[in-house]
Amino acid sequence: MIDGVSRQLIELLQQGLPLVSRPYTEIAKKLHLTEDEVLIRVAKLKQQGIIKRLGVVVNHRRLGYKANAMVVFDVPDSLISQIGDHVSQFNFVNLCYQRPRQGDQWPYSLYCMIHGKNKETVLKQLDHLIESCGLQQFKREVLFSKQCFKQRGALYQALEKQQKVISNG
Amino acid sequence: MLSSLHKQLLNDFQQDLPLSATPYQDVADSLGVAEDEVLDAFKELQDQQFIARIGSVIAPNLIGTSSLVAMSVPENHLQSVAEIINQYPEVNHNYERDNRFNLWFVLVAKDSESLQQVMTDMELQTGYKMLYLPLLADYFINLGFELDFDD
Repeated sequence: MIDGVSRQLIELLQQGLPLVSRPYTEIAKKLHLTEDEVLIRVAKLKQQGIIKRLGVVVNHRRLGYKANAMVVFDVPDSLISQIGDHVSQFNFVNLCYQRPRQGDQWPYSLYCMIHGKNKETVLKQLDHLIESCGLQQFKREVLFSKQCFKQRGALYQALEKQQKVISNG
Repeated sequence: MLSSLHKQLLNDFQQDLPLSATPYQDVADSLGVAEDEVLDAFKELQDQQFIARIGSVIAPNLIGTSSLVAMSVPENHLQSVAEIINQYPEVNHNYERDNRFNLWFVLVAKDSESLQQVMTDMELQTGYKMLYLPLLADYFINLGFELDFDD
């Protein structure tokens, strides 16, 4: 689905678009492509939905959004896609995923992330979400983040390393 | 302090920069300023870490495979376990959360076999079991994050 060149292109775009007048020419040089070829590939990757967006990735914490809650619900499989679609419509919801339940110790299937300036705001938004989406009936837990041990811009470093090995023979 | 240009750049271009050979010129044109002002303002935002990067957000699991992983670690071991976990290059976004499962991170590997190997190794190294929570479905339409600068 994705060839090696597009893979490298994605890795460069993950690291960030250079802050120069013609950023794609810099990327093109690294990939031995022309600027136009890079732009065509980027357009295709976006159209295929592989690149979800290509823009400013903000640092929520630095901008004062210090509260971050992961909220998990035990939503029955039969309702999950309908509810997941509904939950993701709210602009304070940052991620919304289905993940497998892990027995009684962790019976949750729907995960969403809410960022806010403080816990009170996040909890208010969560109340609004629960009411609007009819989530009252489902068992849930709210997990606020405390400290960040490691943060990396979605740089798939392990894969990058592997690719270097391949390209070095 | 953030100028109104900074705020516009932060809020209006999360979803997409114009896809053209000269995206910063296009941004400048849409805001009625010069390209240099846009480049300088973006550099300032990056230097001060208001933005992580101007770059792509890609759909999960299209390149390699990834999973959310959770661990339940006694408070007095949390720091040392987190340090062990952080040493693996496969680890992203390692956070403490206020729950009995208090350590949460994302693992990225080339395929599910290597992902399982890393997890097995981590369990041996740390002595704690993990919850394996791979993505089954993604409902999120990423529209960027609306910032409120009022307070």
